[in-house]
Amino acid sequence: MKHAVSPARRDPPWLVAILIGISVAYLALVLLLPLFTVFAEALRRGLAPLLQSFADRDAIAAIQLTLLIAAIAVPLNAIFGLAAAWAVTKFEFWGKSALITLIDLPFSISPVISGLVYVLLYGAHGWFGPALDTLGIKVIFTVTGIVLATTLVTLPFVARELIPLMQAQGNDEEAAAATLGANGWRTFFQITLPNIKWALMYGVLLCTARAMGEFGAVAVVSGHIRGKTATMPLHVEILYNEYNFVAAFAVASLLALFALVTLAVKTFLEAQFADELAAQRWR
Amino acid sequence: MALKAFSKFTRRLVLAVAAGGGLLALNACDATSDGASGAPTQLLNVSYDPTRELYEEVNAAFAARWAQDHGGDANLNIEMSHGGSGRQARAVIDGLEADVVTLALPYDIDQIASTGLIASDWQTRLPRNSAPYTSTMVFLVRAGNPKNIRDWNDLVRADVAVITPNPKTSGGARWNYLAAWGYALRQPGGNSESARNFVRQLYANVPVLDTGARGATTTFAQRSIGDVLITWENEAHLALTEFGEGQFEIVTPSISILAEPSVAWVDGNVARHGTREAAEAYLRFLYTPDAQDIAARRYFRPSDPDALARHAARFLSLNSSPQAKCSAIGRAFTPPISRTARSSTRSAPVRDDNDRPSPSSMAVHGAERFARFLAGARLHSCLSRLLPLAAAGGFDVAPVGSGA
Repeated sequence: MKHAVSPARRDPPWLVAILIGISVAYLALVLLLPLFTVFAEALRRGLAPLLQSFADRDAIAAIQLTLLIAAIAVPLNAIFGLAAAWAVTKFEFWGKSALITLIDLPFSISPVISGLVYVLLYGAHGWFGPALDTLGIKVIFTVTGIVLATTLVTLPFVARELIPLMQAQGNDEEAAAATLGANGWRTFFQITLPNIKWALMYGVLLCTARAMGEFGAVAVVSGHIRGKTATMPLHVEILYNEYNFVAAFAVASLLALFALVTLAVKTFLEAQFADELAAQRWR
Repeated sequence: MALKAFSKFTRRLVLAVAAGGGLLALNACDATSDGASGAPTQLLNVSYDPTRELYEEVNAAFAARWAQDHGGDANLNIEMSHGGSGRQARAVIDGLEADVVTLALPYDIDQIASTGLIASDWQTRLPRNSAPYTSTMVFLVRAGNPKNIRDWNDLVRADVAVITPNPKTSGGARWNYLAAWGYALRQPGGNSESARNFVRQLYANVPVLDTGARGATTTFAQRSIGDVLITWENEAHLALTEFGEGQFEIVTPSISILAEPSVAWVDGNVARHGTREAAEAYLRFLYTPDAQDIAARRYFRPSDPDALARHAARFLSLNSSPQAKCSAIGRAFTPPISRTARSSTRSAPVRDDNDRPSPSSMAVHGAERFARFLAGARLHSCLSRLLPLAAAGGFDVAPVGSGA
C-alpha cells in the first residue's frame, strides 16, 4: 500500500491544468451554456411575459397532458420493471438473457422508429388499425398513442436500475424467508421490496424525466393539434415555429426546471441509496 | 420495527400504483366517450406551415359567424394542426381525423383522395379549383441584398447559399422546385434537360433542407444561414414584420409560379363526426369578402377578383418592380387540368448520377429523387401532370390574380 502513488500525481501541473480546463470547457459549452440560454431566453423580456405565457390555455393543456402521460407511463413501467428485474435476478429460466437484451432495446433504437412502429400497427392502414377502427377505438393521433409511444421509449429505465442492485444482493434473504415459511407475496413485500426501494425510486425518477421530455416518438404519433395532442416538448416546437420565442422558451424552461428538480432529488436519493446499499452488503 | 416502516412504504407504493391504474382506466373511458356527445361542434383543420396566423384570424371570424347563424347556443371550436404539407397529408392518411384539410397544393389532397377518404372530384366542389387564396414564390434576402440576387439564375451561382425546404415533405418547396424548373425552361434554348440541370445546380447550393416552410424561414431568419430564402409571398411578408423591417428585403424574380393552396372537407371523417355541414360552411366562408380580406391582409392573394382589386396596393410591389418590364413578373405557369401526358412521362429519361457526383450530395440526391419521383410515379395528380407538360413546353402562362 505504501507504493500506491497514483500516476496522476506524477503528471506535470500544466498537463493537469490543461486536462481539467478541457473538461470544464467541454461541460460548460455542451451542458451549462445551453441550460443557461433556455432560462436567459425565457426571461429576455422580463418575468411578466414569462408568467403570462403559462396562463395560455394551450400551454396549460400541454402541461396537463404531459403530466397525465407521465402518470400513466411511469407506473406501468415501474410495475413492468419490477416484475422483470424480480424474474431476471431471482430465478433461472430459459430465454433469460434474451429477455435482458429485449429490455434494453428501446435504449438503442431511435425514438422515431418507436413512434413509427405504432403508426404501422395502429394507423388507419396499419395491421390492427382497420379492425380497431370498426370497434371505435382510435390509437394513433390520440392520447392513447402518445402513452404507448412514451411507454415504449421509457420501458428500460426502472428495470435497468434494479437489475444490477438485485443481482448484487443475491437471493439469500429470500431463501431464508422461504425456509421460515413465508409465501411468495410476503417474501416480496417484506424482503425484496424494502431492499430495493431507493433504487426503485431512482429508476422511477429517471423514467419520469424521460417520459415528460420525450419528443421524437411522440412527434410521430401526435397529430400536433394545439391544446389537444401537443405535449410540452411539442408545444415548445409549435410556439417556436410561430415566432413566439419568449413563450417557447418559457415552456422549455419549465421542462428544464423539472429536469433540475429531478436531478436534485436524484442526488439526494443517491446519497441515501449508497448508505443503504453499503449497509445491506456488509450486514 | 424496521419491517413495519417498510410495509407502510410498500402499502403506499401499492396505493400509488393503483391510482396510476385508475387513471389509465379513466383515460380509456374518456377516449371512448369522446366524440359521442359534444355540445360544441369540433372541427379539426389540418393545414400546412405558413397559415398559422391566417387561420387564427379566420377561425375566430367563422366561429362568430357560426354562432350568429345558429343562435346563441351553437358553439363551434376549431382545432389546428400545422406542419409540412406532405407530412400533414400523410398523417391524415394514417388516421389523423381532420374534418377539413387546407394544404399547400392539390397534389397532397389528391394523395388523401387516393385512399378514398376524400371524394375524387373534390377540386370541383368549391369555387375556383377549391383554392380560396393563391400565392406565389418570392425571394427573401438579407438587408441591402449583399449578394445582389435578382433572379433565379443568381441562385445557381457558386457563392450563393439557398434556403428552401425539402420538396418531399413541404408543399411550398414543391412550388419552389416547379418555379425554378419553369424559369429554366423559359430561358433561350431551354428544354427538360437544361431545366433538370438547372434545378440540380440550385439544390447543390442548399445547405439545409427543412421539412416545412416555417422551419426554412427560421433557419434563414433566426439562425442566419444562407443568402436567400425561396418562400411563399405571404411567408416573406410575415418574416419582414416578425423580424423587423430593416433586416430583410423581398426580391421578386422575373418569373414565378401561381401557387394554388387547396382546401377540401374530408368526407370519411365528417361523416363519422357528423360535421359535414359545419366543415363545408367553414370552407365556403373562406370565399366570403370577410375572409378574403383577412387573407389579403396576411398577404395571401384573394382568389376573388373583387377582393384582389380592393387590396391591389398590397401586392403592387410585385408588379411594379423593375423587372416587370420584361413581361413575366407576377405571371405564372398554370397547369391546364384537362390535358394529360402520361406517355411522355414514361418515356422521360431518368438520368443516373454517374456523370458527376456532387459533394453536397444530400441536397442533390433529394432533388434527383424528387425529379425521378415526379417523372416515374404512377400519375393522376395535378402536380405530376404539371411536370411532363413542363417538359414538353406546354405551360400556359397567365398573370397572377387575373381571376378565373
